Amino acid sequence: MASILSIRDLRKSYEGGFEALKGISLEIEEGEIIALLGPNGAGKTTLISTICGITTPSSGTVTVGGHDIQSEFRAARRMIGLVPQEIALEPFEKVINTVRFSRGLFGHGRDDARIEEILRKLSLWDKRDNAIKELSGGMKRRVLIAKALAHEPRVLFLDEPTAGVDVELRKDMWQVVAELKAAGVTIILTTHYIEEAEAIADRIGVISGGELLLVEEKNALMRRMGRKHIEVQLTEPISEIPAALAKHDLELAGEGDILVYSYDTHKRTGITALLNDVAEAGLVLRDVATRQSSLEEIFVNLVSGEKA
Amino acid sequence: MNWSAIGAIYRFEMSRFFRTLTQSFISPVLSTSLYFVVFGTAIGSRIQEVEGVSYGAFIVPGLIMLSVVMLAISNASFGIYFPKFIGTIYELLSAPVNFIEIVVGYVGAAATKSLFVGVVILITASFFVELRIEHPLAMVAFLVLTCLSFSLLGFIVGIWASNFEQMSLIPQLVVTPLIFLGGTFYSISMLPPVWQTITLFNPVVYLISGFRWSFYGMADVPILASLAAIVGFTGLCLAVIWWIFRTGWRIRS
Repeated sequence: MASILSIRDLRKSYEGGFEALKGISLEIEEGEIIALLGPNGAGKTTLISTICGITTPSSGTVTVGGHDIQSEFRAARRMIGLVPQEIALEPFEKVINTVRFSRGLFGHGRDDARIEEILRKLSLWDKRDNAIKELSGGMKRRVLIAKALAHEPRVLFLDEPTAGVDVELRKDMWQVVAELKAAGVTIILTTHYIEEAEAIADRIGVISGGELLLVEEKNALMRRMGRKHIEVQLTEPISEIPAALAKHDLELAGEGDILVYSYDTHKRTGITALLNDVAEAGLVLRDVATRQSSLEEIFVNLVSGEKA
Repeated sequence: MNWSAIGAIYRFEMSRFFRTLTQSFISPVLSTSLYFVVFGTAIGSRIQEVEGVSYGAFIVPGLIMLSVVMLAISNASFGIYFPKFIGTIYELLSAPVNFIEIVVGYVGAAATKSLFVGVVILITASFFVELRIEHPLAMVAFLVLTCLSFSLLGFIVGIWASNFEQMSLIPQLVVTPLIFLGGTFYSISMLPPVWQTITLFNPVVYLISGFRWSFYGMADVPILASLAAIVGFTGLCLAVIWWIFRTGWRIRS
């Protein structure tokens, strides 16, 4: 598939020497959802702001649909929609007017049918004549999305779209993202919520300290870096792990009645040897469960590895 | 040129004005009426005429300028400062618009609002005094240019300001004194010779003088000097705004 967004060696330094982006390169394919994960201050928002034109890059190039974001900024920006992290809306304006404003600002003529379609999709149609200040936080976030979609962008940036949003609304938002993907929109989202990336992204990028540590297809990442754990539940608690089991590097959990064994799925697992040794040590099993590491654990390992 | 964007910004700004139309309308009518009661009646009874024009009629061009200049600055500065303050500026910066389109949208709307108020004051004044406009085209040109140039100044103030206090600093500390000392309520010829010379360094003198000339054909300074002053001021403001957008000063990091 063709790359719709191409970032090459993008750098951003602020006065005083702080380097927020240290040479980021990334190709994003049309129609994919990529989630950028990273701790606070990693450079996620700076990356988005630089691509969208809110901050000026110090060096490097970015093209959107083949258009350079600086020399062909009009063509590039027409293809981009941005949902910012902070809720920034004119409080006294009506919902429908602020969405119409966004459409006009991006060079499109008035199209009431299109605006109605967007507002209905985001469950905002009934609120169209309400002043924005009358809306709940979740509704305001939807208005931001409606504004970003008003000019029918091909690439949508969602900067922490579900920060501070309740679980139900978050799931709704994921649904909206899935529908946009189905309509062919390329989505780049930043998030703190690993489960969000895990639930909706095709690829995961991890940013820390202004650098892109890795970009990988989500399932491959989880396969490669994901560790599985076996929890062996015992009928009787033990105070310490028997010496015969020391070579398996076990952890004692629960109230001393659970042995946790971690292994890589793509190497020799050592499960048979473990279970044999457990039986030989005279321990009686009540239950055995396996668990896959979440993206969050992978992410924490990556970032802490970077810091070390 | 992204005309849709200019239209969108203009309409958005004007809708704020229409939301508060009553205040926008009543406030200038009330303040003009007060000026006429205080200055026109109380002082006017002592100063019968200024160069053949009744004092009440003499102060009308200055009063219009006073309100128009203050409103142009406050409307334009608020128009661009508010998006900075609440964060909605992100949309403007990420939109396919250049600085000319942004300025035309915001300044055009601010100038329209102040022009509207100028016309309201003119109509209100006509109920109090007998007005005559000797050079209507020049009157319209001066009024429009004043609305435009001070809206440009207001736009600069709005970009520069980093809090609401700074927003009112320029209008209160610089513009108000210049207008009051610029011959709104008197003719420069009434001043002692030394002050007449000092006053010529006040740019607002040229503005009010030119505007008054378009009404009554009388001026403190040559009409061409007035015209040059207002055109020069507009050019200066445009140059500053061009520099702001070229460097991203206080807008784009």
